[in-house]
Amino acid sequence: MRHGIRSWGPGLLLVAPSIVAVAVFVYGLIGSTVNLSLTDRHSARPATRHVGFENYVNLFDDDRFLHSLRNLAVLTVVFVVGTIFFGLLWALLLEKGVSGEGIFRSVYLFPMAVSFVASGVVWRWLLNSAQGENAGGLNALFGILGVDFLQNQWWSNPTWGMAAMALPAIWQLSGYIMALFLAGFRGIPGELREAARIDGASEFQLYRHVIFPQLSPVALSALIIVGHMSMKMFDLIMAVSGAQFVTEVPAVYMWQTLLTNDYAKAAAIAIVLLVIVAVLVIPYLVQNARAERAR
Amino acid sequence: MSTGTALQAPAPLAPPRARSTPAKTAAARAVRYGLLLFFVVVVLIPVYVLVVTSFKPPAETGVSNAWSLPDAWTTESWSRAWEALSPSLWRTFSLAIPASIIAAFLGSLNGFVLSRWKFPYADLVFTLFLFGMFIPYQAVMIPLRQLTIDIGLPSGVPTLILAHVVYGIPICTLIFRGYYSTTIPADLIEAARVDGAGMIRTYTSIILPLSAPGFVVTLIWQFTSVWNDFLFAIFLSNTRNGPVTIALNALAGGQLTDYAASMAGALLASLPTLVVYILLGRYFISGLMAGSLKS
Repeated sequence: MRHGIRSWGPGLLLVAPSIVAVAVFVYGLIGSTVNLSLTDRHSARPATRHVGFENYVNLFDDDRFLHSLRNLAVLTVVFVVGTIFFGLLWALLLEKGVSGEGIFRSVYLFPMAVSFVASGVVWRWLLNSAQGENAGGLNALFGILGVDFLQNQWWSNPTWGMAAMALPAIWQLSGYIMALFLAGFRGIPGELREAARIDGASEFQLYRHVIFPQLSPVALSALIIVGHMSMKMFDLIMAVSGAQFVTEVPAVYMWQTLLTNDYAKAAAIAIVLLVIVAVLVIPYLVQNARAERAR
Repeated sequence: MSTGTALQAPAPLAPPRARSTPAKTAAARAVRYGLLLFFVVVVLIPVYVLVVTSFKPPAETGVSNAWSLPDAWTTESWSRAWEALSPSLWRTFSLAIPASIIAAFLGSLNGFVLSRWKFPYADLVFTLFLFGMFIPYQAVMIPLRQLTIDIGLPSGVPTLILAHVVYGIPICTLIFRGYYSTTIPADLIEAARVDGAGMIRTYTSIILPLSAPGFVVTLIWQFTSVWNDFLFAIFLSNTRNGPVTIALNALAGGQLTDYAASMAGALLASLPTLVVYILLGRYFISGLMAGSLKS
């Protein structure tokens, strides 16, 4: 970097519009939401006073909110484990190069190009909770295939329904994680494998001790990407179950609260969601910035 | 940005080892292809359901023949879906195209400065930008809606263009910054500076002519995410002035869902992004890679 403002000044000027936009629309509006969450604006009328953390305290006393947090936890665990499992499996199947690799990759990845709202239409049909005679969707397919014992209530199950809600998300995102892992595999120098083979490592040992350790940064990225997407999950749930209590997560609860004009409470839910995401993402961003500086 | 599709030359095959007999290798190959094909079928199941159901007459969409092909193929549902969605399809184009072009252009300027014409704390500014792409947008939505009303921006397309441009800045900047720092040598910029070229000259005569691939990746990413967006749309527009995801959700979300029409609608709403994916998949994947910060 050159020194002196004459040298770097124009650059700053060129980026200035974006800096202002991000400062106002990201950080300014977050500040404004925080401020709103500390007021008593529980209706369309303006706030009358600040109430401190009252809205937050109430939230953590609110069974409906705690229920949405539990749902979010189930969704996130199943979603993250599922996408990483299938993403890694598909990448492993493809990484040595098979004929038709391009076709397999394109098929596995195509759901990424579709919106959750569009795929939600078909998943809503597939995850039909009726069983036996009236079975529809996947339950009907299980009936046809003679595996009726697999029939279940899907997302209508009050305890583990959110695990079913993760299925469409896994379907949609696994290809992305496959692409990440595939790039990771291809980034490992061929000599490394060669050396391990010459040393007499078995195929299993090669993966266990040489290849997988090299992939841990990719696995971390995958975890962060899928994890933060899951925490923000909104579209899919709205499309598949249509904002029902049984599948409610904080993002949906926030929307439902806003519909009742309880602005302060909606803002508080949004900020809790932001904090949850930030706890996951900020360390990742910091580590990413450090790694870059070290390069 | 060399990841994802730029495959390295395959590592030379290891000399055959005693424990992998030809029969074993052939079996492993068969298992590998078997699994790959099995997953292709699984991933395409929702597509089968969408296509088949969309061509069924209403009488056949009941549960009894849920998985069978239509007895009488009809395009009735497609006309109903087209009727319900066509106004919003055009609105989505008029929203996604400008929002993509403006955000990509800003991303290009920012990416250039933040990689090759840095000012003090440029890396910090970049990291602060990045945080903006991970936040749950619920945390800005309430004051954002108020702000757009206060500045007199009409709800619907104009408001959504503003939102997608502003919140698209981080990812577009990320893609271009990564692209420039890998494809444009720092020496080239240095040489131009020594020759007395100013920043704007350097950008227009050196950077811009080399930017086409970066623009393709960014435009595809931005177009796809604007096209598929539901969250901004539901907060900042309605069925009369909103994009296709809102119209589709309204079509599919009723109590008595017309499954044939909503599946035809889901296909219609997905066509533009699917066409982009099929024609320019390579660039689509590059965008995905950048999105994980591992460019």
